[in-house]
Amino acid sequence: MLRTLSRSDWLLMAIFTAIVVTLPWTMQPIGAAYPDLLQKFAIYGIFAIGFNILFGLTGYLSFGHAAFLGVGSYAAVWSFKLLTMNVLPALAFSVLIAGVFAFLIGYVSLRRSGIYFSILTLAFAQMSYNLAYSVLTPITNGETGLQTRAIRQSAEISLRDGDIRIIDQALGIQEFGVPITNLFGMKMSGYPGFYFCAVMLIVCFFVALCISRSNFGMMLKAIKSNQNRLNYTGIHTRPYLIAAFVISGMYAGLAGSLLAITDPIAGAERMQWTASGEVVLMTILGGVGTLVGPVLGAGLIKYAEQKVSSWNEGILNSAFSFLPDGAQAFFVELFSFFVGEGWHLTLGFMFMVIVIFLPGGLMEGFRRIGRAFNRARRSEGGRTTVAANTPAQERG
Amino acid sequence: MDAIFLQVLNGLDKGGAYALIALGLTLVFGTLGVVNFAHGALFMLGAFCAVTLNNVFNISYERISETEKDFLGNPLKEQVPILQDWVGPDVAAFLIDWSVPLSIILAVIAMAIIGVAMERGLIKHFYKRPHADQILVTFGLAIVLQEIIRHYFGANPIPQPAPDAFSGAANVGALVGLGSNVIYPWWRLVYFLFSAMVIFGVFAFLRFTTFGMVVRAGMQDRETVGLLGINIERRFTIVFGLAAVVAGMAGAMYTPILPPDYHMGMNFLVLSFVVVVVGGMGSLEGAVLAGFLLGILQSFASMTEVKAILPGIDQIIIYLVAVIVLLTLPRGLMGRRGIAED
Amino acid sequence: MSVVELTNSDAAGRGFTSGIPDKVLHIDDVHKSFAGLHALSDVDLDVRQGETHAIIGPNGAGKSTLLNVCVGRIKPDRGAVIFDGDTLTGKSPHEINQLGVARVFQTPEVFLDLTVLENVMVPALSKRDGHFKLNPFSAIAGETSIRNEAEEVIVNVGLKNHVHAVASSLSRGDKRRLELAMGLIQRPKLLLLDEPTAGMARHDTNATIDLLKQIKEGGMTKVIIEHDMHVVFSLADRITVLAGGRIIAQGSPEEIKNNPKVKEAYLGEEQV
Repeated sequence: MLRTLSRSDWLLMAIFTAIVVTLPWTMQPIGAAYPDLLQKFAIYGIFAIGFNILFGLTGYLSFGHAAFLGVGSYAAVWSFKLLTMNVLPALAFSVLIAGVFAFLIGYVSLRRSGIYFSILTLAFAQMSYNLAYSVLTPITNGETGLQTRAIRQSAEISLRDGDIRIIDQALGIQEFGVPITNLFGMKMSGYPGFYFCAVMLIVCFFVALCISRSNFGMMLKAIKSNQNRLNYTGIHTRPYLIAAFVISGMYAGLAGSLLAITDPIAGAERMQWTASGEVVLMTILGGVGTLVGPVLGAGLIKYAEQKVSSWNEGILNSAFSFLPDGAQAFFVELFSFFVGEGWHLTLGFMFMVIVIFLPGGLMEGFRRIGRAFNRARRSEGGRTTVAANTPAQERG
Repeated sequence: MDAIFLQVLNGLDKGGAYALIALGLTLVFGTLGVVNFAHGALFMLGAFCAVTLNNVFNISYERISETEKDFLGNPLKEQVPILQDWVGPDVAAFLIDWSVPLSIILAVIAMAIIGVAMERGLIKHFYKRPHADQILVTFGLAIVLQEIIRHYFGANPIPQPAPDAFSGAANVGALVGLGSNVIYPWWRLVYFLFSAMVIFGVFAFLRFTTFGMVVRAGMQDRETVGLLGINIERRFTIVFGLAAVVAGMAGAMYTPILPPDYHMGMNFLVLSFVVVVVGGMGSLEGAVLAGFLLGILQSFASMTEVKAILPGIDQIIIYLVAVIVLLTLPRGLMGRRGIAED
Repeated sequence: MSVVELTNSDAAGRGFTSGIPDKVLHIDDVHKSFAGLHALSDVDLDVRQGETHAIIGPNGAGKSTLLNVCVGRIKPDRGAVIFDGDTLTGKSPHEINQLGVARVFQTPEVFLDLTVLENVMVPALSKRDGHFKLNPFSAIAGETSIRNEAEEVIVNVGLKNHVHAVASSLSRGDKRRLELAMGLIQRPKLLLLDEPTAGMARHDTNATIDLLKQIKEGGMTKVIIEHDMHVVFSLADRITVLAGGRIIAQGSPEEIKNNPKVKEAYLGEEQV
């Protein structure tokens, strides 16, 4: 694989890596350069890349992907509670559990396509969510959420309230106060936490790039294009779909475990349909089926969420203070709908605007601008350059 | 026996709500070919029609009471609904008491306007787009609608009382000669009867009017009806409006059973989609049948005896049934060939 | 590079080594009715090794139904389709294709979002790797031999200038060429062609006939459903005539031309 990636793919990888690594500096001017938010960029970027492997390549719209995110989080916290605060076992454990879970759900849901598939995945996610709040409370700790605790002193304390951390105990690792996730002793909070997530994001991006340039990826695109024809071509599409679903579920599981790594608590609300809807929005906002789009969409949404939901009337008043009083009051009133608590309203509107006007997402928008720009240059009589139109990049 | 009868009754009101929402979903899907994820939001809007009417009737001003005095003999302030000054205290009290049933009128008008506006403004541009796009745009609309409601009404559920005449419980057991153990709230009975009437009305409308015949023909074979030169567009708008009105009425009447909050729509939507799928996409009879069936099934699953054997079953029974039905009967209970089969 | 080399040499030899010179495809007493209407009744048909067998008949004669029964799209009520010793009835489309039966569709069913090259590589990979291979890390760019093969086929069907074009940008005629290329690249033991020239201009029709003739020389067995008598009589070794779901005549083009029943049922009405 490594030898066969084209030069432009390697260039894309290099640029992507450079941008991700330098985020703590480049994000400073827009006030996003703090670890909590940067971690979210990376984590939801991974979630969206994974979702796009399913929706972008095969066209199957899952409305229950948050279930895998939640499962990943629970698995990671249990790994912290039972085994060790080291993050690597938690990652492996989460990806594995999410993969198995995705296989079970995918095996059943993928027997149907189109809206039936969307509804089946939604039903499974709601089922998981309801169970997490009710019967599975011994595993999920219900509404309180599952968290790491101090090592329990007697076996009578339930595992929910006292941890055992077998490996850490066996290695004789001392704990003081609240247990903290670590990578062989390096604490996984703040910037180290972000860089850990960033490395994961880069790896995940690379894997997605490879998949999209592979035979497997081409088959997935063919499924989206004309599944029926693919069957007559001798391809059994179901195993391909299940594989894509599982891979995409594992990405979600990884993202879920990173959420738990940066903040070791897992709650069922991560599995709700709103969370599933959010990842769909990230993907279509950036551009379905593109490599960079989902990451871009995830970053934008998390940034907007952070900013817009922190604004209030005071900020609006000062923002519109250049207007005459009447107009100021009007605009403040109007925008107060959308900020603070009204963030979800903004989200809903963004959803609609993107689907209505720009179904290809921002990447499509950039491409259109680029093309218009090229045409303008060409019509000015300048030397024509066709390079901007190489098909490989068009469809990247 | 009594217990079983009670569970069946328990399922009927919820089943009625499922059936009404699923009916609208199916109607819209069958004729317009649009998957409407905002249909639950229409149900929620209907519920808030009831809240609005109640609030409007209760708009009050403050005045010094003529009769009531506090223990020092000073006159007390009292809240007086403006309505009282207009129509007199007796009528005002009656109107406030009956605000939920009366809100049906408001719901019909408001939902017809909202439904038509929604179809003309948004949905009609999505007839030719893929199902995924329809799902996404209506999903966005659902979020917008529910957030607007939250902005005005807050996030907490707002209880709505049923009229006094129906607020108690009926001894249904005695009514049907089953012993006196079956006690059942009046309003739930009313809701069941109401939903049965609406369903009957919709079916009668589709069966006995020319308009309804065209709609049913359209559900069978959209292309042919288009070729007949019938103005499909206008009928689509009316069908969508009708579905919105049905959902709105269902929501308004449901408020005494479940205090409405802004996200009730989505909860019902997910269940109603499951109902539609179980009934068979595109089958109106299937939607109604599956609605009541799943409502009753859910109430049986909530029995303590059942939960003791299968813990948590009440939470997932509907989804479980949907999964089983979809895998064994790909077209649902009463679905026809060729509907939404990609 | 001529088309002849693209054809299936092992399939050509195989029938003879097993001692039975004919019967690559054996349709045995197939019966199918839709809602009481008999689409196919008592259809018995043998397709011999290496021949081009045309199935003709007026509209609604059951030609397409028969083809759909062969590729597993429709299950017959009775009877069986046997291909090279395997029963096809009851098998799913991808299994039938893996056995060596390729179908060229009447209305082009290509992968509209993929390029012409990718469209042709998909069936080639399916032939090599089987119905499923989990290989998310083997790059398409590394498939040089399959790519070369695909490019040759694309040149042969006359899409030389469109190798990297996205399929949705092709004209209808070019999409049909692409369809043909997707069938040919698999070097199937049996190629089913559903009206390969319908809707083509006379010039294109002749080019397609030439192409199919070249393939014929290579010994690939073909079943053609066709309306155009010019095409049928230029290509077919044997002809089966369907009418009302029944076979009314079978034989060499000469025999069919002179068969009074055929003239009455079919040729007569079109004044050929």
